[in-house]
Amino acid sequence: MARNGVASWRRRSSDQFDDPSPCGSEDVHVLAVDDSLVDRKVIEHLLKISSCKVTAVDSGIRALQFLGLDEEKAAGDFNGLKVDLIITDYCMPGMTGYELLKKIKESSALREIPVVIMSSENVLARIDRCLEEGAEDFIVKPVKLSDVKRLRDFMTRDVGDRVRSDGEGTTHKRKLQESSDVSSSSPSVSSASSSSSSSLPTTPSRSPSPSPSVSLSEPSSPSPSTGSSGPCSPSSLESPTRRLKMTSCCD
Amino acid sequence: MPRFHGQSNHAPVDIVNQLQKQYVDYLSSLFHEGVLDDQFTQLQKLQDESNPDFTVEVATLFFVDSDKLINNMAAALERSPVDFKQVDADVHQLKGSSSSIGAMRVKNLCITFRSFCETQNYEGCLICLQQVKNECAVLKDKLQNLFRMEQQIVGAGGSVPLMD
Repeated sequence: MARNGVASWRRRSSDQFDDPSPCGSEDVHVLAVDDSLVDRKVIEHLLKISSCKVTAVDSGIRALQFLGLDEEKAAGDFNGLKVDLIITDYCMPGMTGYELLKKIKESSALREIPVVIMSSENVLARIDRCLEEGAEDFIVKPVKLSDVKRLRDFMTRDVGDRVRSDGEGTTHKRKLQESSDVSSSSPSVSSASSSSSSSLPTTPSRSPSPSPSVSLSEPSSPSPSTGSSGPCSPSSLESPTRRLKMTSCCD
Repeated sequence: MPRFHGQSNHAPVDIVNQLQKQYVDYLSSLFHEGVLDDQFTQLQKLQDESNPDFTVEVATLFFVDSDKLINNMAAALERSPVDFKQVDADVHQLKGSSSSIGAMRVKNLCITFRSFCETQNYEGCLICLQQVKNECAVLKDKLQNLFRMEQQIVGAGGSVPLMD
């Protein structure tokens, strides 16, 4: 079952190693950032089982140290291990995932590294803010194997495709456009606080403006630098992306 | 009929089947009662030969984490004045990790707990704290049962069925 699925996926992805993208010929190295011990273990395992090398750290500061940013080295891979993807939790004490994202995108050495944000809260304003700041994707926790597989497929694709906003219909982009037609008149699928028993996979989007026709202007929650209060308050808004995710395959 | 090889302590097939059936029934009941949700199955699917104890390890981490968080919450609620933001931060953490392992009832209790933190409802918080404590204890007990049943199946030469 699952094992066969993973095995056949591995065979498929090894075919993609022939393409000339920089991360195509060897294992993808992912830097995972999460202050939660449980989540770190889960994401680490999800990535390893998806043939990724993983370095897991528990804070944004440690992530920047690992990336060599705080020592102002010119090269992003000064520590000898090139990082192909950074996946970070949003809500962390000290430096939030959003702040980490900004620092990475502000660095000439590191800005090319794709950054994916994870969050337990499905807040549209938060998602938008991250994508606008240059995040590649936004995953709503709990993270599943299908989320990681999707990232993995993305990593082995040509790097140049990432920045195209009209990318060849990744399934998520298509679904996003479909759902945006229905937009805000949809019934809520479950409560905003994600208590449904089928936890939903990722909120997809590759383009910088993920919700073209859905404009929920919610009062944006403040994002102070201390992660323990403000930015982590639960959303009272339904996100249309929740409905979106229901249509994608939950393994 | 599967043939066993290399093992000297495998039970007859019908015993294995019985153990497997009991396991499936037990796990199903946990889903039905809402103790666990699909995320737990997701974690079970991640076990493989190189990580045969992954689910047990994650569960263990969860209980270490939850014990610590619950103690923090209790301490914060005993202080005067109560720092509801701190309690909320801890509940948020617990909500996250319970969600990550599929502990649905714990997660849902955390959601309620957070709303009491936000409204600074002291009694509500105390009640939720007690409920969360209880629920974590129940979960621990049930998962220990589950993992023991897995060991019995494997010990009898069978394989642990994977729920869909």
